[in-house]
Amino acid sequence: MPKSYADLLREARDQIREVTAQQVEALPAGAATIVDVREASEWEQGHIPGAHHVSKSYIEQQIEAAAPDRDAPVILYCAGGIRSLFAAQTLADMGYADVASMSGGFQAWKGAGFDFDTPVVLSAEQKQRYSRHLLIPEVGSAGQKRLLESKALLIGAGGLGSPAALYLAAAGVGTIGLVDFDVVDVSNLQRQIVHTTDRVGQRKVESARISINALNPDVTVVEHEEMLTADNVTRLIDGYDVILDGTDTFETRYVLNDAAVAAGIPVVHASVFRFEGQLTTFIPYEGPCYRCLYPTPPPPELAPGCSVAGVLGVVPGILGLLQTNEALKVLLGIGNTLAGRLLLFDALETEFTELQLRRDPECPVCSDAAVEARKAGRPLDAATVGADAPFLMTTTGLAGGVSPEARA
Amino acid sequence: MSTVFIPSVLRPNVGGVKSIDVDGDSIRSVVNGLIERHPTLGAQLLTDEGDLNRFVNVYVNGQDVRYLDGLDTPVAKGDEVRLLPAMAGG
Repeated sequence: MPKSYADLLREARDQIREVTAQQVEALPAGAATIVDVREASEWEQGHIPGAHHVSKSYIEQQIEAAAPDRDAPVILYCAGGIRSLFAAQTLADMGYADVASMSGGFQAWKGAGFDFDTPVVLSAEQKQRYSRHLLIPEVGSAGQKRLLESKALLIGAGGLGSPAALYLAAAGVGTIGLVDFDVVDVSNLQRQIVHTTDRVGQRKVESARISINALNPDVTVVEHEEMLTADNVTRLIDGYDVILDGTDTFETRYVLNDAAVAAGIPVVHASVFRFEGQLTTFIPYEGPCYRCLYPTPPPPELAPGCSVAGVLGVVPGILGLLQTNEALKVLLGIGNTLAGRLLLFDALETEFTELQLRRDPECPVCSDAAVEARKAGRPLDAATVGADAPFLMTTTGLAGGVSPEARA
Repeated sequence: MSTVFIPSVLRPNVGGVKSIDVDGDSIRSVVNGLIERHPTLGAQLLTDEGDLNRFVNVYVNGQDVRYLDGLDTPVAKGDEVRLLPAMAGG
């Protein structure tokens, strides 16, 4: 027996409970998952605050991400209250026990004078470019807009910085700062894929900018062609949302750590040696800092850089991408970072090992006492840092004999 | 008997192996057992006073012994001990 639209609508009304816009508005926050089933172009014109967007054409595929608990109440709405009725039938078929449709839809909501959010609108070109991000509920247009407004700073445009620069750019991180004073050497090209053979001899920050903008002209590249030191670190990191530490020297890593903790900026840390790498995320005061992990640097013979010890090219590639993953999560505010965990990678065994890290209550940089001292403007001295530390502290960073080995 | 994992930067001191099984019921006895067999590790792991060097972290089953009992941290049969110096390479 063929059924008309009117038959189908009647059946849906018999099966699905309807609620009014007033009832939905009166619900306490979090009492139900509210899902907008309209098309993306309608959602962009405005939607109920806190609603999830799952267009009716994707409802079977995407509802479980928006509403994982089939026993929890779900309220669907569309423009006028029809499409949401049919979509609600689908959810009922999928085993959702408490599904309702909002009668009158978004028109009734707006007509009642209730608040609504107008989401960020990306350009048509941006919607195409970032479409695979927009499809992920955890990113979406709000997350993509957040990335476009974010600023990430790369310390070092080398082995770790190369994949990070390219993938941050591809992801649409709007501003990428590059700190590097070096020029491209042919021996860099075995792993530093942001540079090219025809740019050997060129400044690394400039070479990296060319690759970044070739990949994504949305990105503004800020070139800091200087060595990061205690004197300029506060200025260099100012205004950035996240920092990726990909330097080749301990001096720079400690200088950066101390200033980033003082400025409250998360640092995603990675380092490599031959077939091995270490990775963690330092979120000031939420987890340990670099000095909590390594109170003092090792003697040079125990920690040679890549130019001395060598490195399998893919190792900084892998670690640099894991750094980028951490940075994107920090910027988007999603997932769990490696704060408080150190990830070790062994390329020869293809093995990851995780170690637990703790904040050092005696840390000269991030402990409560250190914060108080900084607030009071009292410089910390060598005795505070520890007798075996070769660095002297200033209020924000380190001062004294900074003589990084040549980066290559 | 616990297994001590040796980072590659220290492997030249132990004949190039990745891990060594060592007897001992504390970090102190495990470290001393290691140094007995591979004396050049001594200067890398311990200060002149016999404390752990602050630039080499030691973990037992993923936990930093600095936040346990340092050299007196107990080590049980089958525990994984990991020596971890900082790396600088980027």
